[in-house]
Amino acid sequence: MGATRTPSNITQGSKAKGGIGESTLRPDGTLKVTGEFAYSSDMWHEDMLWGFTLRSPHAHAEIKSIDTSQALAQAGVYAVLTYDDLPTDVKNYGLEIQDTPVLAHGRVRHHGEPVALVAADHPETARRAAAKIKVEYVPLPVVHDEASALAEDAPLLHPGRDDHHAGHVPHPNIVHRQPIHRGDVAAARARADVIVSGEYEVGMQDQAFLGPESGLAVPGEDGGVDLYIATQWLHSDLRQIAPVLGLPPEKVRMTLSGVGGAFGGREDLSMQIHACLLALRTNKPVKIVYNRFESFFGHVHRHPAKLWYEHGATRDGKLTHMKCRIVLDGGAYASASPAVVGNASSLSVGPYVIDDVEIEAVALYTNNPPCGAMRGFGAVQACFAYEAQMDKLAAELGLDPVEFRQLNAMSQGTVMPTGQVVDSPAPVAELLRRVKAMPLPPEKQWETAGESADVRALPGGLSNTTHGEGVVRGIGYAVGIKNVGFSEGFDDYSTARVRLEVINGEPVAIVHTAMAEVGQGGVTVHAQIARTELGVTQVTIHPADTQVGSAGSTSASRQTYVTGGAVKHTCEAVREKVLELGRARFGSYHPAWATAELLLESGKVVTDGGEVLADLVDVLEGEAIDLELEWRHRPTEPFDLRTGQGNGHVQYSFAAHRAVVEVDTDLGLVKVVELACAQDVGKALNPLSVVGQIQGGTTQGLGLAVMEEIVVSPEAKVRNPSFTDYLIPTILDTPTIPVDVLELADEHAPYGLRGIGEAPTLSSTPAVVAAIRAATGLALKRVPVRPEHLTGT
Amino acid sequence: MDFLRPASWEEALAAKAEHPTAVPIAGGTDVMVEINFDHRRPEALLDLNRIGELREWEVGEETVRLGACVPYTRIIESLRAELPGLALAAHTVGSPQIRNRGSVGGNLGAASPAGDSHPALLAAGAEVEAVSVRGTRMIPVEEFYTGVKRNCLEADELIRAVHIRKADGPQQFSKVGTRNAMVIAVCAFGVALHPETRTVRTGIGSAAPTPIRATAAEEFLNSALEEAGLWDSGQIIPPAVARQFAELVSGAANPIDDVRGSAAYRRHALGVMARRTLGWTWEEFRGNERSARCA
Repeated sequence: MGATRTPSNITQGSKAKGGIGESTLRPDGTLKVTGEFAYSSDMWHEDMLWGFTLRSPHAHAEIKSIDTSQALAQAGVYAVLTYDDLPTDVKNYGLEIQDTPVLAHGRVRHHGEPVALVAADHPETARRAAAKIKVEYVPLPVVHDEASALAEDAPLLHPGRDDHHAGHVPHPNIVHRQPIHRGDVAAARARADVIVSGEYEVGMQDQAFLGPESGLAVPGEDGGVDLYIATQWLHSDLRQIAPVLGLPPEKVRMTLSGVGGAFGGREDLSMQIHACLLALRTNKPVKIVYNRFESFFGHVHRHPAKLWYEHGATRDGKLTHMKCRIVLDGGAYASASPAVVGNASSLSVGPYVIDDVEIEAVALYTNNPPCGAMRGFGAVQACFAYEAQMDKLAAELGLDPVEFRQLNAMSQGTVMPTGQVVDSPAPVAELLRRVKAMPLPPEKQWETAGESADVRALPGGLSNTTHGEGVVRGIGYAVGIKNVGFSEGFDDYSTARVRLEVINGEPVAIVHTAMAEVGQGGVTVHAQIARTELGVTQVTIHPADTQVGSAGSTSASRQTYVTGGAVKHTCEAVREKVLELGRARFGSYHPAWATAELLLESGKVVTDGGEVLADLVDVLEGEAIDLELEWRHRPTEPFDLRTGQGNGHVQYSFAAHRAVVEVDTDLGLVKVVELACAQDVGKALNPLSVVGQIQGGTTQGLGLAVMEEIVVSPEAKVRNPSFTDYLIPTILDTPTIPVDVLELADEHAPYGLRGIGEAPTLSSTPAVVAAIRAATGLALKRVPVRPEHLTGT
Repeated sequence: MDFLRPASWEEALAAKAEHPTAVPIAGGTDVMVEINFDHRRPEALLDLNRIGELREWEVGEETVRLGACVPYTRIIESLRAELPGLALAAHTVGSPQIRNRGSVGGNLGAASPAGDSHPALLAAGAEVEAVSVRGTRMIPVEEFYTGVKRNCLEADELIRAVHIRKADGPQQFSKVGTRNAMVIAVCAFGVALHPETRTVRTGIGSAAPTPIRATAAEEFLNSALEEAGLWDSGQIIPPAVARQFAELVSGAANPIDDVRGSAAYRRHALGVMARRTLGWTWEEFRGNERSARCA
C-alpha cells in the first residue's frame, strides 16, 4: 500500500505556488457565502419579458383542444405558444433518445409536463394569462409500476418506437435492458453453504439543488439567439436546442451563468428551448425562472428502484455467486435511463470478487415523473441492495461484517462481471480497514454538566422528543464502486483553449473551456493546473461558453479527469511552443536549450537541474501563444446486449463509510452521530475541495437514507413538491464527517487522479441503514427509512 | 391586490372593517408562502408592521399579555421563565430567520393544525384578545379553532394579543418531525402542570382537524393524582397511570394519513411523547418540591 496522507498534509506535488496539490481557495466561495454571487435567476435585461410554462395537472391524458385566445387577449401578454407554434419538424429532444416533446402534442405523459408557454411583461401577468389557457383533457389509464407497465393491455408510453434500443427490449414500455452473464451460476450455487436473498427498494430522490432552473434568452440581430443559462453541459444543450429552433448551431450562442448546484438534475433541458422560442417569437429578451414548486416538475429525479438479489457463500466466508434483477422506473421519457441501466447492471456486483453472476437491469417507461441522472447514477441503487446482502451474509455466517467484506474485496487485477480487468489500484479492503480504525465518537454526547440533556445531540433535535429515553446506538459499514466518466463506447472528450501572453510585463495564462462550473470547483482546479504546467502566477479563467469546443458534461465524476486533462494537455502543448520560441531566440546562448529537459517555473524557463535559461517575458516578446485542443481518455466499448461483456468503463472509484447512529427506538427518529469516510482519490489536486466533495456526497447519501423522497401517488401525481415536505438534511442532521484520503495513483489518468464526486454518495446510504439495523434489529429493506418503518406503524 | 398599511391600531381596525376580506400580515412567514405558491390570492393585505404596540408584551400577576406580533425569538429570549412551554415550542419553529419574523398571532390567524404554538397555548391556558371597531372579546384558546385552517374570528376582527397564564409549574413541549430541525410537525404535544389548581392540561397538534386538548386524559390524570395524594407526597407517578394517560392522549387524536406520516404513527408517537413529557414535568415538580422543603 502506498503512502497515505490526511487532507491537511497532502500539499506537496507542485513547485508552482497555487499549483496542483494545494488547497487554493475557490474564487466563487466568498461571493456565495455572502450572497453576492450572481446566479442565473439574478439576470436582468432591459425590456425583458418573463416566460411562464403551463403544465399538465394529469399524469396521463389526451389533449382534445387548447384555446389560447383569452390568454392572448390579456394586456401585457406578448406571446402564447403551443405545439402548433413550433417552427420546424424537430419537435422533440432528449439526451440519448429524442422522445421528449418540447410542448405536449395531443397527449401528456406525466404530471407537470409542459403544455404551453406565455411571455408577458411581468411574471404575475404571465402566470395569470397561463391560467386562462383552456386545455381540454381526457384522462387516460396510468402506468405506474412494472406490473402495470408490462400488463397485456398496458397503454404504451411511446408506440412505434424506432430508437436504437427498441429492437432488443422485451416490451415497448422497457426503455433498455442489460443482462450480464459470467461464469456458471448453477455450479457455483451448488458450492454455497449459505444462500441469502432479499428484495430491496429505493425511493425517488431529488437533486434538490438550491438554484432553481432559470435562464435568459436574448434575440440576436442575425436572427440567432444568445442564451445565458445554468446547465451541466453547454454543448449537449446546444445539440438539442438548435434543431428545434431551426437555427444552425453557430447562431445559438450559449454562455454559462451562475449555477446553483446540479447533481445530475441539469443534464436534461428544462426551460432552455422554451425561453429561446419566446425570445425569437417576440424579438425581446425573455427570462424564465422556476419557483421551487415548479422546479420539482422541471427536472428529472433519481430512478426509484426495486432490486432482487441472491448471494451464496461458503462456510469460510467466500462468495460463490450472485443473481440480481434491478428494475428502475424511468418515468415518462427516456432521459439518461439507458446509461443508468448500464451502470446499475455493470456495477451491481459491488466492489467484490464474484466470478459467477447472472444480472439483469431494466428501466421502465411509466407515467411517473421522468427520472435520469443523479449523483451515483444507477450505482447508488445497487449499492444499497448489495451492501444489505453483505451484512445479511455476514450475520448468517457469524462473521464480522467488515472482515467478511475484506475477505471478498476486489483489488487491482480483479475481473468485473463485464470481463473488464480493473487495471489500477482498487484498495477496497484497505478503505474498510481505515474507516474501521478511526476512533469512535464518545457515547451519550447529549449528557451535559447540568441536569438537562442537550437535545441538539439527540434524535429529534430541538423538537425535544427525548432526553435519552429509548435511544440506542448502532454502527454500520458499507463500501461501494462507481465508474468515472462516460462509458460504453461514448466519445467522452473535452476541449481546452489556453492562451499565454505577457500583460503589463507579466506572463498571464488564460484558460477557456466550456466546462460548467456547478459548484464542484473546476475553475479552481483549472487555474492550479495552468500554474503547474506553465509556471505562471496569473491565470484568468475565461467564462464558459460555446465559443470554444465541448468540455463534456459536469457529471459522472469526470470533469477534473477529462477537462482537467484537456487543460493539462493544452498547457503542455503551449509549453512546447514556448520552448520552441525560446530555442529560436536564445538557443545559441546556452547549450542546455538543446540538451536539457526544460521546465517553466516561476515565470522562467529552467533546466531540470534548476538553472535559469530565460525569462518567459523575454521568450514571448509580445507574442501570444494560443491553442485549442481536444483530449480523450482511453476509449471504452459498449456492453454486449446479450452477455454484458465489454470494457465499458474508464476508471473505477471507491469509498467506504462507517456510520454511527442513535435511534429513538420508541419514536423511530434517527440521529446520525458520525459518518466517517475513507476514499481513494488517486491524487488530490485540491485537498480542501476533495474533502468538501466527500462530505457533500456523504450528506446527500444520508438524505436518501433517512428523509429524501419524492412521494408519488398511485395516480402518478407528485405529492410533496416543496421544501416543506421534501426534506433535505439541515446542519443539525449533518454529522461530523471525518475523512481519510488515500492517494494511490492511477497511471492512466492525469496526475494519477481519480474522479471523486459520486463514490461517497453510494456507500453513505447503506452504512447509515446498516447502523439503524444494528440499533433496532429490523430488516429495513427500503430507503428512505421512515419512522413508520421503525415503529411498525 | 391592495396593500393597506395602517399607522395605528385604530386605523388597522377601521381598515379591517372596511375591507373584511383583507388578510392581516406581520412576519409574512405563512401568508407570503401561500401567495408565492398561488394557494391564496387575497384582495388585500393588511400590513400590521407599522403598529409597534403589537410587538410588545406585559408580564402581569396572572398572565402574560403577548402582543400578536411578538416574534418567536423574543419569546425564547425573554419569556422562558413565564412561558416555558411556549418557549420550547417557539424553539422548534422553522429556522432562526423564520423565528425572527413569525409570531403567535400569525400562528393563531393561520390556525393550521400543525402550528407549533397551539399545543403550548392549550396546555398553559390562554385567551385570544380579538378586537374590532365594535369592541373587544376574549376567546378561550380551546374555542378559538373551528376547523382546518379556520378560527372563530369575525371578518372585521383582528388579533391584538394573547393572554397566556404564567406558568405555576413545569411545562413541556415535544414535536415529531422527520428531520432534526426546521420541520413541520408530524404531530406535537404540550403538557403543563398547574400545582396551584392541582390540574394538568394538555395540547395536541397536527393530529386532528384542529389543535385540541386531550380532555379525557387530563381528567383521568387529575383524579389519579388527587386520589393517590401525589401533589402532596411528590411520589413518582405509577407506571400504570402514566401508561393510561398516554393511551388516552393517543385516543384523543383523530389523525389522518398524509405525506408527512401515517395516522397510526401519529397516534403512537403522541402516546410516547405524552408519557415522556409527563415524566419530565413531574420529575421537575418533585425536584422543585424537594428543594422548597429543604429551603
